[in-house]
Amino acid sequence: MKRILMDFWVGVFVLIGITCISILSFKIASKSNLGINKHVYSLHARFNNIGSLKLNAPVKVSGLTIGRVTNIELDPKTYEAIVTMQIDDSYKFSTDSSAQILTIGLLGEQYVGLQSGADSNYLGDGGQITITSSALVLENLIGKFLTNVTNK
Amino acid sequence: MIKENYIVKNIFIIIGKIGSPFTEFILSLGNITRLFINILGSLLYTFKKIPLIIKELYFSGVRSIIIISVSGLFVGMVLGLQGYNTLQRFGSVSMLGSLVAISLLRELGPVLTAILFASRAGSGMTAEIGLMKATEQLEAMNVMAIDPVKYVITPKFLGGIISVPLLAALFNICGIYGGYFVGVILLNMDSGTFWSQMHDSIIFHEDVFNGIIKSFIFGITVNLISVYQGFVAKPTAEGVSSATTKTVVNSALSVLALDYVLTALMF
Repeated sequence: MKRILMDFWVGVFVLIGITCISILSFKIASKSNLGINKHVYSLHARFNNIGSLKLNAPVKVSGLTIGRVTNIELDPKTYEAIVTMQIDDSYKFSTDSSAQILTIGLLGEQYVGLQSGADSNYLGDGGQITITSSALVLENLIGKFLTNVTNK
Repeated sequence: MIKENYIVKNIFIIIGKIGSPFTEFILSLGNITRLFINILGSLLYTFKKIPLIIKELYFSGVRSIIIISVSGLFVGMVLGLQGYNTLQRFGSVSMLGSLVAISLLRELGPVLTAILFASRAGSGMTAEIGLMKATEQLEAMNVMAIDPVKYVITPKFLGGIISVPLLAALFNICGIYGGYFVGVILLNMDSGTFWSQMHDSIIFHEDVFNGIIKSFIFGITVNLISVYQGFVAKPTAEGVSSATTKTVVNSALSVLALDYVLTALMF
């Protein structure tokens, strides 16, 4: 086979390969994982019960993802779960913001929903959200419902 | 007395036969590592001989494009069909895109590409080197003070390890479009859901990058086994044929075993 033709086909092959890798990296994969984006700050929130919240779960405001859960640990004194979130730098939250653990769909994945308050001071890096409400545990809910029914 | 000696001797032989596969295995591990170090030592020299590498890229890479893209397409289509049927039971058909993409990027792409590469290009490499040995071409090179590792083995190895990650990426893309074809065009799923679910669940450094690293490691494994089997093949027709068989079998086994280890380390 002629040298030039072989060079041509090898060039085509390498181009195809590089195109495929770049399609995979730019079109298929998301860059929205905020670990890559450097402009983030972290917020903490304490919950009595986090349900089945997992690391990397989305943090959403009005349904839009603006951050991720980066750490979950248990406070050894109060036995509360401390959830650390990385939030996109361009969104600020007032000191009386509230955090909730919500579920996508009826049985879907859990995420943290944030709601900004009215205070004019904003939470900085490492700030703590004080108003929180825990995840709904289905068993507790059914238990309450049953006691209500039997009391009537 | 003589009879007892006979029995003892036989027992020794039987135990030795049980042990010999292990010692052979360890011996071949040592040999393969020595060859690998030898190849690494001649990498710099071979990099200057670009025409040699291009020739190998043509034989191992360009001529594998068709088999890789066709099998990728069908694997993706099967994934789409099976995934659709299974996800339908849970009413979460919308997850099909991410199912297809994650299983291709993380596992099926690198593993199947490596195995297909071993049987398409690796066995060819083994046969070529083995035949060169059988026809005493390697000996002739040695006589002319040309190192066959530098001129024959390393270019093949380099061409192979460049090809495998590129082929794996091609396999993934074909597979994803195969899944898209079945899910969206044949089974009337929403095309926006398919892509956006996939886009949401795939993270670059976790799925794409780890997949590329995996296929690179598999490429090194498969190519090393191929050139090694050719290099140590018995210089007869039978020796070459059994060496090609060994290449395919050993590559498949070691890729699958390595895959488990890498998955446990990465994810």
